[in-house]
Amino acid sequence: MTHSAITERFIKIKKADNGKKAFIPYIMAGEPSLSSTAVIVQELEEMGADIVELGVPFSDPVADGPTIQHAAMSALSRGVTLRKVIDMVKSIRQKSTIPIVLMTYFNPVLKFGLNNFIGAALSSGVDGIIIPDLPPDEETDFIASCHKAGPDTIFLLAPTSTDKRIDLVCHQSRGFIYYVSLTGITGSAISIDDSLKAQIEKIRSNSNKPVAVGFGVKTSDEAARVAAIADGVIVGSAIVKAIEEGRESFRALVKSLRAAI
Amino acid sequence: MKTGYFGKYGGRYVPETLIPALEELDAAFKALKADAGFQTQLRKLNAEYIGRPTPLFFAEKLTSQLSGARVYLKREDLAHTGAHKINNAIGQALMAKQMGKQRLIAETGAGQHGVATATAAALFGLECEIYMGAIDAKRQALNVFRMKLLGARVTEVHAGSQTLKDAINEALRDWTSNVSTTHYVLGTVFGPHPYPTIVREFQSIIGKEAKRQILKAEGRLPDYLIACVGGGSNAMGLFHAFLTDKRAGNIKYIGVEAGGEGIDSGRHAARFAGGSMGVLQGTKSYLLQDDDGNVLGTHSVSAGLDYASVGPEHAWLHDINAVKYTYATDTEALGAFETLARTEGIIPALESSHAVAEALKIVPGLPKSSIVIVNLSGRGDKDVEQVANMQSASV
Repeated sequence: MTHSAITERFIKIKKADNGKKAFIPYIMAGEPSLSSTAVIVQELEEMGADIVELGVPFSDPVADGPTIQHAAMSALSRGVTLRKVIDMVKSIRQKSTIPIVLMTYFNPVLKFGLNNFIGAALSSGVDGIIIPDLPPDEETDFIASCHKAGPDTIFLLAPTSTDKRIDLVCHQSRGFIYYVSLTGITGSAISIDDSLKAQIEKIRSNSNKPVAVGFGVKTSDEAARVAAIADGVIVGSAIVKAIEEGRESFRALVKSLRAAI
Repeated sequence: MKTGYFGKYGGRYVPETLIPALEELDAAFKALKADAGFQTQLRKLNAEYIGRPTPLFFAEKLTSQLSGARVYLKREDLAHTGAHKINNAIGQALMAKQMGKQRLIAETGAGQHGVATATAAALFGLECEIYMGAIDAKRQALNVFRMKLLGARVTEVHAGSQTLKDAINEALRDWTSNVSTTHYVLGTVFGPHPYPTIVREFQSIIGKEAKRQILKAEGRLPDYLIACVGGGSNAMGLFHAFLTDKRAGNIKYIGVEAGGEGIDSGRHAARFAGGSMGVLQGTKSYLLQDDDGNVLGTHSVSAGLDYASVGPEHAWLHDINAVKYTYATDTEALGAFETLARTEGIIPALESSHAVAEALKIVPGLPKSSIVIVNLSGRGDKDVEQVANMQSASV
């Protein structure tokens, strides 16, 4: 059986058996510009990122806190669209094989056309999708189509998730399971405690798919503590903020996060 | 039909964090709907606090002036706090209390739902926070003050278009962060399942009363029901009891959206005239969106109709031709606002003025024996200052 690029990456990390976990930075596509996004992805790869999560800007990002909302509005104002982001992935693919996950709200995908989207994503080299407002019990035909040929469908679990939801999400996720570390929106304050550990263990007892933790991880210290209990660490708002501040901040943060995870 | 769906519309398009809360809400709603104690309490509050039943008023002067059908007004403007919104706010607050929640949050456009929720929170002793777009807060300053007077915290939302849509985004974010202690009192037949069904249930009292009242007054069911449609709760409230009545097969239902400055201008909120299928804020429905699936800005003289999407049940009723959806422009609504004030001594909310405008258009062409009920969903006191400013008059 052939594995997806994302699954391959997790297998590779596990085989290395050196205590390192998957480092998954999130950036907003088109921020500060589409051409700079391609450069940033390349830099992330060079600095040791395992998987890159590319945010697609949307007018009404209900799962996001102020930092990512602001980045989305800024990207939208420059005309960044789902189509342009997919095209950009295609251009990145000429130089890089790093697994790329699109994080997009559902409406742009629906408007693109569900089957068209799958076709375009696959032919451009998109490896996975995270749709925060699409739980696995909606649009089941679309999800089933993704399961046939890809891209990987990565679903989310949260501290509020019941056993039944954990079962469903474990079953429907491909690539990895995205554990939302907190009851809230992106960029809130994380608390890394026993309950986080217990939830991750509970998910693991349901599934052997990797569990990556995101929402609220900002510092290298937090990243190290999360990496100790999860298979991967996703950092979004802090990186988006660092990109806004400039190249030096961005490189320094990514370097320290990579060292910690 | 799949649970939570109206045809292909509806659903539960929300972050996973909220799914357990929606399941809990659904279970509580089903249990309380069948709970005699809850229903008795709700009936008592409807009668003694909200002031129900609201009258069905025969608009005799308007009828004779239009010289067509007999026009009745369902007087939701006479409900406590001045609009139908209180029916749902009291129902949901009572549910929240039973569910052990300590805090209510809500979005508001025109401010009526915010006032209704703040009122219910005061009555039940719950903490309350209302999200309101900064532009709406400015054009409905009086309602902002009313909410504060009732003990609510009003948080102005400066993101996006700074109107109702952005207030809902912020309320959803708050709910996602505080879901264990907080109940989100969604104000219309919109959002993720089970909200469209819950809100319809609490608003359906409008149609149940109207049916009883028209049978008493005229000895038969009406020929036309007209209501304005923003999210669509007053319209569902009026229509539901008739739509589900087998005897009522010949009734024509009309939902009136905000035509703003006209469809061609692009400055409107007529989802059925200019929208297409989309997903926003938890539900699949008609949506005003661009080619890339981003939500378009909307415009209406009335804050309560100024919204890019519409309740999923309306989308379904539209597609199966059970309800006809049309629109009234700002100018037509303002005309109806004045007409009703002068003819009947009733100042309608600008939202409800859209329904009145449709009546003014069609009634003259109808036979004198036919009967029209217009849902007067709210009173216009909140709009007087805005209209005065628009007319550059000093009050």
